[in-house]
Amino acid sequence: MLAQFGIGMFLLTFLLALFSVGAAVAGYFSKSDRWVEAARRSMLLIFPLITVAALTLIYLLVTGHYEIEYVYSVTSNDMPFYLKVTALWGGQAGSLVLWSWLMSAFASAVTLRKWERDRELLPWVIVVTSVTLAFFLSLTILYENPFARWWQTTAGDFVPRMFAPAGAVAITPMDGQGLNPLLRHPGMIVHPPMLYLGFVAFVIPYAFAIAALVTGHSDDRWIRLTRRWTLVAWVFLSIGLVLGMRWAYDVLGWGGYWAWDPVETASLMPWLTGTAFLHSVMIQEKRGMFKQWNMLLIILTYALVIFGTFLTRSGVFSSVHAFSQSAIGPMFFAFIGITFVTSLALLIYRWKDLRAEVEMRSLFSREAFFLLNNLLFMGVLIVCFWGVIFPLISELVTGQKVTVGPPFYQRANGPLFGALMAIMGIAPLTAWGRSTAGTLGRMLWKPAIPSLLTTVILLFLGMRNWIALIGFTLVAFVIFVTIYEFWSGGRSREKKVKENFLVALWQLVGRNRRRYGGYLIHLSMVVMAIGILGIEVYRTTTQKTLAVGEDIQIAGYTLRYNSLAQFPSTDGRFVTRANMSVFRDGKLLGNLYPRYDYYPTSGQMMTVAGVRSTLADDLYVVLVNWENVSLIQAPFKVYHNPLINWLWIGSLMFIFGFLVAAWPDREKEKREE
Amino acid sequence: MKTKIIVLLICYFPLIMAVFIPAVAVSAQQPTPSDDEMNAIARQLYCPVCENTPLDVCPTTACHQWRELIRQMLAEGKSEAEIKQYFVDYYGARVLSEPPITGINWLVYIVPPVTFLAGVYLLFRAFQIWKRMAKEPEMGVDKSDSPRKVPESSKRSGSAEDGKYVVRLEEELKKRK
Repeated sequence: MLAQFGIGMFLLTFLLALFSVGAAVAGYFSKSDRWVEAARRSMLLIFPLITVAALTLIYLLVTGHYEIEYVYSVTSNDMPFYLKVTALWGGQAGSLVLWSWLMSAFASAVTLRKWERDRELLPWVIVVTSVTLAFFLSLTILYENPFARWWQTTAGDFVPRMFAPAGAVAITPMDGQGLNPLLRHPGMIVHPPMLYLGFVAFVIPYAFAIAALVTGHSDDRWIRLTRRWTLVAWVFLSIGLVLGMRWAYDVLGWGGYWAWDPVETASLMPWLTGTAFLHSVMIQEKRGMFKQWNMLLIILTYALVIFGTFLTRSGVFSSVHAFSQSAIGPMFFAFIGITFVTSLALLIYRWKDLRAEVEMRSLFSREAFFLLNNLLFMGVLIVCFWGVIFPLISELVTGQKVTVGPPFYQRANGPLFGALMAIMGIAPLTAWGRSTAGTLGRMLWKPAIPSLLTTVILLFLGMRNWIALIGFTLVAFVIFVTIYEFWSGGRSREKKVKENFLVALWQLVGRNRRRYGGYLIHLSMVVMAIGILGIEVYRTTTQKTLAVGEDIQIAGYTLRYNSLAQFPSTDGRFVTRANMSVFRDGKLLGNLYPRYDYYPTSGQMMTVAGVRSTLADDLYVVLVNWENVSLIQAPFKVYHNPLINWLWIGSLMFIFGFLVAAWPDREKEKREE
Repeated sequence: MKTKIIVLLICYFPLIMAVFIPAVAVSAQQPTPSDDEMNAIARQLYCPVCENTPLDVCPTTACHQWRELIRQMLAEGKSEAEIKQYFVDYYGARVLSEPPITGINWLVYIVPPVTFLAGVYLLFRAFQIWKRMAKEPEMGVDKSDSPRKVPESSKRSGSAEDGKYVVRLEEELKKRK
């Protein structure tokens, strides 16, 4: 009964989404405010209805209705309550429900607030968001129904269907399979919603961009209206990516944070275009340039958001043949094709209206550096896109699968990321409009001297790896430039307004949140780079089978294997846990407990590394469950990951930077209105 | 007695040698390769069954057997290249972390740099065109960036540069208010 109610709600919302598309188009062409208002109201109605449907599914999940196939596949009796709730996005069908839910929430937020101000763009914003929503709802209704229940057919097969096949008997299992143990990590619980929030929020600036193209508003109004949406989308996507890294580091047991896996790379791609967009819209706002390019960037971002969801949901990664068998794969493919071609056609139609108001004056101006930044982001995007799709092309053309793994991405993207860091340092010192090599050079030497001094100190300390030397020099350069920016801004205000330096700094940042929040984000990026350089250049690893009392050495540490314990846990897991002591220079630093948990209901294993974490390094020990573990001897894989914690510290700084940049400035908003 | 022992030793010499020779022969063989030596190669290979999982961390039984095979081949004195080639011959090029440079695989290495360089070239051309276009209106009055203009007459000393920078910064900040 509840299942029928749930799918009925989805059907209703799907029809409402289609109605709002029709009403908005009719309203625009007949210039009828009543039709547009009808479209807006039906749009607003979708969110509460999807909320009811999603809550129905959550209710079924937490109350253990295992007759529902989705509930059976992602929950079990022994799972805690919160995991049963988060199991909503533990599988394909539920993930798509979450997508639609978030999309409807954002669409409602746009059409609820200050919509009078955007009246001329509103019909087309409704059309774009409703079309996107209708597409995802159609997937839920037609292919990935989370409410389908188990039936036993006359042939004895168990099939999930919404309605009873002829002669079939309803089946209710006593327990479910439970959530994949790998997904029971706090990072994984928050990671998908964050990533999806980022994905979905990027639909809003795209919707405004398309509305601007259709209605012929070639000014930068659509950018100003969606400025905060873009920032929110970008920050959620960034947090989603970092949480994914943390999850991989904690759970996957290979001591790394990023493997250039196609799924990871697919979610990085919209971030790349989104970051480029975030920078290049500033040029349009400041100088009225690159209007066409910004349109293209947001169209690309939207296409990549859908493409990222498509890649992870269509089964195309396992094989191109799985794609043709997958029900939703071709649907996604068609949707991306249609929206992308339509958007490009609109852009070409309005191409001339989007000409720049002024032209580029100097190769050394800030806009030139922003453009260079965009070029480099596009470079990374090309590498990622090509690396992800090449195995599919190869399989289609030659029938042979190939792997495009980390060495390819590292070699190609390393120099591009290095160049991006250099620009991150140089660009804040440049001026808008006119600037010469001389003026820029004279600005550069001050932060360049302490940066080069850092290189000399690192050389003196024995650092010989040239990648690390270049990397850390660039990190130092960006840090010094950013400090210089804050210092000179604060000093200038101190003198002018006669304020105490700290008060001046506070006022300066408070009055220019976007600029200084942006600098804080730059700073957080290079702090993250410290962690990345540490682990990428200096990581070491060793593996050895130890008898009780034996040692293993790595990077000056000695780990002694003390004992092994095996015991059942209260939540149904069977735990195998080793006890190891860590020594350095003969001094005991503490104990580590690497373990692996066996989940009997699903027959799956989860590795939990023992980690000793400091600002200098992580000692990461894995009890290797794939080799023979016994009470007498056990195999251990140990990783020494220098500086990795700076990656996580940087990501916290990033959130702080975002809060500074996006904190509402009421006075400024009033002035703008 | 002494001669008896010598005769016995001579008689039993082949037997004694027979006991020792295998030991000598065994010690002449490679010692069992360590986990680290095995993983150094396994890390560069991808499990042909699991998606995108390097062989050194793949938990499946098949991968365990493949790792032991690497160890065995190392013990037989095979080189890294020979072992990798063996896996490619049996399971195809997908076991390598990057496609070998043959056939259409060339494209994987060529397309990104060519596209990027095309982007660089386009940008360079665009800069040239913009520069040319910018020179023309310079003859007239151009107000588009006048508030940001830096007086050319400024002294080139450090403090003057600082002053210029502060003036520019203040203008930029003022503009934002």
